Amino acid sequence: MNVLSCENVGINFGGLKAVNDFNLTIDEGELIGLIGPNGAGKTTVFNLITGVYTPTEGTIKLQGVPINGQKPHLIVHQGIARTFQNIRLFSHLTVLENLKIAQNKDMSYSPFSGMLRLGKYWQEEKESTEKAIEILDVFDMTKFAYQAANSLPYGAQRKLEIARAMATDPKLLLLDEPAAGMNPTETDELMDTIMLIRNEFGITTLLIEHDMRLVLGICERLTVLNYGEILAEGNPREIINDPKVIEAYLGKGE
Amino acid sequence: MNFLLQLLNGLQIGSIYALVALGYTMVYGIALLINFAHGEIIMIGAYTVVFSIQLIFAGTDIPYVFAIIPTVIICTLVGMLIERLAYKPLRNSPRISNLITAIGVSLLLQNTMMKVFGAQSRSVPKIFDHKPIEVFGANISISTIVTIVVTLVLTISLQIFMKKTKYGKAMVATSEDYGAASLVGINVDSTLTLTFAIGSALAGVASLLYVSSYPQAAPLMGSMLGIKAFTAAVVGGIGLIPGAVLGGLILGILEALTKAFISSRLSDAIVFGLLILVLLIRPGGLLGEDHKEKV
Amino acid sequence: MPREKRITYLINLSLIILLFAIITILEAAGIFAGYMMSILRLVTINIILATSLNITVGNLGQITLGHAGFMSIGAYTAGLFAKNIGLAGVPGYLIGLLLAGLFAALFGVAIGVPVLRLRGDYLAIVTLAFGEIIRVLIEYFDFTGGAQGLNGIPRMQNFTVMYFVAALSVALMYSIMTSRHGRAILSIREDEIASESSGINVTFYKTMAFTLSSFFAGIAGAMHAHNIGTIGAGDFGYNRSFDILVMVVLGGMGSFTGAVLSATVLTIVPEMLREFADYRMIIYSLLLIIIMIFRPEGLLGRKEFHITNVINRLKKKFGKSPPKPVSVSPKPDAAEKFDRTDSSSKGRGT
Repeated sequence: MNVLSCENVGINFGGLKAVNDFNLTIDEGELIGLIGPNGAGKTTVFNLITGVYTPTEGTIKLQGVPINGQKPHLIVHQGIARTFQNIRLFSHLTVLENLKIAQNKDMSYSPFSGMLRLGKYWQEEKESTEKAIEILDVFDMTKFAYQAANSLPYGAQRKLEIARAMATDPKLLLLDEPAAGMNPTETDELMDTIMLIRNEFGITTLLIEHDMRLVLGICERLTVLNYGEILAEGNPREIINDPKVIEAYLGKGE
Repeated sequence: MNFLLQLLNGLQIGSIYALVALGYTMVYGIALLINFAHGEIIMIGAYTVVFSIQLIFAGTDIPYVFAIIPTVIICTLVGMLIERLAYKPLRNSPRISNLITAIGVSLLLQNTMMKVFGAQSRSVPKIFDHKPIEVFGANISISTIVTIVVTLVLTISLQIFMKKTKYGKAMVATSEDYGAASLVGINVDSTLTLTFAIGSALAGVASLLYVSSYPQAAPLMGSMLGIKAFTAAVVGGIGLIPGAVLGGLILGILEALTKAFISSRLSDAIVFGLLILVLLIRPGGLLGEDHKEKV
Repeated sequence: MPREKRITYLINLSLIILLFAIITILEAAGIFAGYMMSILRLVTINIILATSLNITVGNLGQITLGHAGFMSIGAYTAGLFAKNIGLAGVPGYLIGLLLAGLFAALFGVAIGVPVLRLRGDYLAIVTLAFGEIIRVLIEYFDFTGGAQGLNGIPRMQNFTVMYFVAALSVALMYSIMTSRHGRAILSIREDEIASESSGINVTFYKTMAFTLSSFFAGIAGAMHAHNIGTIGAGDFGYNRSFDILVMVVLGGMGSFTGAVLSATVLTIVPEMLREFADYRMIIYSLLLIIIMIFRPEGLLGRKEFHITNVINRLKKKFGKSPPKPVSVSPKPDAAEKFDRTDSSSKGRGT
């Protein structure tokens, strides 16, 4: 069964077609890469899927249910989580709090229950902490639980952002350039983390990345975007030998 | 006929709002700071008019309107001083600290003036000693005409200054990005000081025009005037010179017409109501654009 | 409820009662005269004002300059209620307070829903405008007493009641801000976009914060009305809003203990300076500027003072193994979130 399907999706910004006729189907458990030169519209695709932008054309479906036009937080509730190109953490809050905020949607005690510290508050807070610690354990970050997010090393901050996305309990995870700014060792560690998410939790993942080592190392299928349109699709080996793709990245050879 | 007269009244007070709004809009556009102390510059200007007439011009043949010279000088100096002493140390601080500092400077100026010159208001001698001019049967005071014309001339000159001169272009560049501006060799510190200087000089002119029609100087006079002028700048689209003028004139006319035909007590509520209405419909103001944060 | 939590609550409760006992003893001994007690009553009101504004400014991260407007709605609601319906004694007073809070909260929702989508300084100027509109309208209508103000509101200057209303208000605000709802509000301050993409309904939580803030401002307004007996719309102008904002900023935005502390200090110190009445406001404004230049994050920054942390530290010192920290305060970094990125993404730093 496919988790995500984009059907002829497009968006216009005042006459400029940032993304046009975008089609993509992702099956459950797949790990797919979205690549393309700078300015090709990759992040725009993420913004369309997560509801930051509303597509002017086409339909986006999550497990067969259309989601376009919905507010971003409701799309999260339905099971799509993301990370950002430039890390966006709740910097002054602790690692644990970062995760618990993502779990807010699964908690139900009322403001009054919180104000008066009724039984439901204690129960749900306890469950939420336990669940957050579980996720941190998987990411090997439990030691950071009570530290402020902005005090973490860079690689750990990237990992925290993924862990926070996982805390929303997603069906589909969108990673926007997770390896940006990382050194080779950190990238290796990141690749392990992404594989872990796939193997341990079985989460379907779509990622944007420029680091070809990472893309070729873990992605099963690639979609190449250029000038807002799909240029090529296929398995990584085919893609890197595709003359159209090489041309898009390097320019036409003489 | 009464309507026409009220319209002119509105244009006059609107022109003063516009001049003050220009100062707000320049400082905000370049330093991203609501300079709450800007209204107090008007107050200081008004006192300068009073004292320069009393101490220098009274008894001489020089027309009182020459009080504009000391007034503009003092206002400019005070504006630059405030920037250097209070705002410059906070250049890289959180925005709210800047706002609080501006409120602090405003309170400081009000209370210092109150301590030095007393809380009661001082009357200002007539500045434009000329009979009203009759146009289509209505008497229009000379200060109304001067105010409108001066505002028009200053706005156009400012626009030309920003577009054509090296300093104006430096200001525009600084408003885009401090770091990039300094990389291309712009002295950000002096550009910011210049911005405050021009804004305060305009406020100096505005203060003379203001007291020529409302002949009183008091320590708290600048507060509400300042807030309304800032409102005007926001209504027009903050950071934009034409926006400040448009906002100022609309606010002035609306206020004059409300006072004349609806209720003088409600005029403030209607003016602020306009601000809310405009921002809800066009969050960037009438001439501005709404910038959304990029993901 | 976990055991160590229960202990914390008991300690805090005993401290609140202890402080009250000290004040009562000092009053009975004649050390705190009527004048001092009248200042302390003001302190209780200002503590509620500062902590309630802290919810919007410190926790939600939105600058509002119209807090006095909500205070005035509370004051007039309580005043009119007491004069027209009037229930006697402390229960009547408390009902008036509750009504005042609810009415102010109603205004909070009505104003918050449309304006909270504005950012940064736009929100600041619009809330200032709303505050002024409320002031003008109160002066315009007759049922509020118009420009003459509302006189003859039954006095209620019982310090015990005011003290415990303030303590309860702060406790309730603090509890909700450390619950899941409070965390959601904090996440908006930290990063609105990340908050949205973590599933937080940003509009809902912004409105909740603003409403809570107005509710408690309304209660403080009601206490003020009963404390002085005569209110006028002019008492609730933007200068009042500035005063409250200054308390929040000086205490450290986002810190409840900071807000309580600075509300106390900023109420008492100006009264002390009364001997230098002429220079009082000058000193006050100079202090404001100097503190902003040298300690822009406020006295406490974002830190909260926890008595249990002190006890744990003492225990550690004397060799006992400390229980796990009860609550983890964020690092006391400079309040850099209020940086310049919110309304326009200009590059800063020279």
